Amino acid sequence: MSLVQSLVPQALAAPQAASLAEARPLAAGHPGFLSPTGVEIVFVLVGLVTLGAALVAVTTKQLVHAALWLVVALGGIAVEYLLLSAEFIAWVQVLIYVGSVVVLLLFGLMLTKAPIGRSPDADSGNRWVASAVSVVSAAALVTVVVDAFRTTWIDLDRRTGPGEGSTEVTGQALFRHWVLPFEALSVLLLAALVGAIVLSRRRTAADTANTANTANTDNTDNTAGTAGTADVTETAEAGETADARATDRAAGER
Amino acid sequence: MDVLDVTVRIVAVLLAFLLLPLLVGQAEHKVMAHMQGRVGPMHAGGFHGWAQLVADGVKFAQKEDIVPDGADRRVFQLAPALALIPYLLVLVAIPVAPGGGVAQALDAGIFFVLAVMGVGILGSLMGGWASANKFSLLGGLRTAAQLMAYELPMLLAAASVAMAAGTLSLPGILGVWEWWWLPWQLVGGVVFFTAGLAELQRPPFDAPVADSEIIFGAYTEYTGLRFALFLLAEYAGIVVLSALTAVLFLGGWHGPFADGLGWLWMLLKTGVLAFGVIWLRVSYPRLREDQIQRLAWTALVPLALFQIALTGVVKVVM
Repeated sequence: MSLVQSLVPQALAAPQAASLAEARPLAAGHPGFLSPTGVEIVFVLVGLVTLGAALVAVTTKQLVHAALWLVVALGGIAVEYLLLSAEFIAWVQVLIYVGSVVVLLLFGLMLTKAPIGRSPDADSGNRWVASAVSVVSAAALVTVVVDAFRTTWIDLDRRTGPGEGSTEVTGQALFRHWVLPFEALSVLLLAALVGAIVLSRRRTAADTANTANTANTDNTDNTAGTAGTADVTETAEAGETADARATDRAAGER
Repeated sequence: MDVLDVTVRIVAVLLAFLLLPLLVGQAEHKVMAHMQGRVGPMHAGGFHGWAQLVADGVKFAQKEDIVPDGADRRVFQLAPALALIPYLLVLVAIPVAPGGGVAQALDAGIFFVLAVMGVGILGSLMGGWASANKFSLLGGLRTAAQLMAYELPMLLAAASVAMAAGTLSLPGILGVWEWWWLPWQLVGGVVFFTAGLAELQRPPFDAPVADSEIIFGAYTEYTGLRFALFLLAEYAGIVVLSALTAVLFLGGWHGPFADGLGWLWMLLKTGVLAFGVIWLRVSYPRLREDQIQRLAWTALVPLALFQIALTGVVKVVM
């Protein structure tokens, strides 16, 4: 899902950036950094809040609090989209990430182990490797985005016609210029979906002796019954199925 | 749009948010009572107990606000606000009259309302987890499972209307609405309303708060004003769901003399749907948890997909 998140906004914004650059070939009347407008100041402030929430989400020792800080971070990103006039993307961000993915996360946590208070054993020995990987990927993303949008300014005050990030413009860009990546992403999501089904089925077939306890995890039918008996391996599996369902929803929504 | 205009619109939304849920709540008291051969509250305020909910509010405000010992205090206290505020935000985008009769016309209105309504569920989840009570936790789990199952058919049904209208904006949809959309989008409307009921956890989909099994689900440990906020969120949810169904599937302010009386048609349709919500509570038994899941995945999702196919075919042929 993070792949989708990182690809889609750039993919959508790029052609608009190109058209904007054509519209204003030179730096004449180019807005500078020294006299920021109100929107720009708000943008930076919301960005700081988002960054802070994201840092707390990965450093806090309380599992459920991490998921809730993730809500703040994802909501902050939605506000940033909104400030960039990409209204449609902003609401989809809220709908998919805050309304579905985080609910799935919380569901998985509550189904298995959601202690109130700190859980010292939730730390991983991989944290230095993980932080290195995340710093490298963040650096790559920041470089690419900064390089792509270097001289692009969005005209927020446009009164006539649909705005830069309106549903109409987004739809035109998506289904004219970016149809192929869009369909490729759909196939990727479908592959993830099929993979999740295969994983969950293989386990139930190989492990029939143990199904008395675990059968219900796959279809979340009887959540009350499994709440007590769930163990760590089931968490992974419930997560898989849940993730498949999220991809399903993302695909269905389009 | 000047300052006065903005102020008037905000005040109107706030008034609707404070009044309509109370009206629905009072209607529920009286309608349920009469359907069960009782008369309901008769004393508070004099005339047929019209002030019963005001009295209830005063009672709730006087009660002690208790946070359980083992609870996660901040999350526990924040949850009711998170459950209630999204419905206030949604009201901003709902058109009530033709010609700018909406607090704020949004370009992607359908996505806005569905996204924000989904956020409200987080309040129940937070309350269910932070209460440190096994019944609350079970209620939260059921809430989450129900949301995941029913958000998909709801979205698909709404997408069908968006396809028919060629826009995601709620005033835009009403602008191109025709009377024959009623039969055309009928299946989608039924799916949307049913899925919305399930998201609100109203009977017959009230397994997450089933009092005979898990006390009161995620709200078990709440008292006083915070409990009242959860109840208010439920009634605000009924108003929002009825208004949304009226806008998307029943033509909103369309009707005879719509130019002058559009707002009345909108209120009337919303009221009839809200009455239906109450009626269902009185007449249907609670669905079991597995029945709830089966209904979503084997009935509502295929029906919504059928509606989208139908919309597409009619759209292409015409």
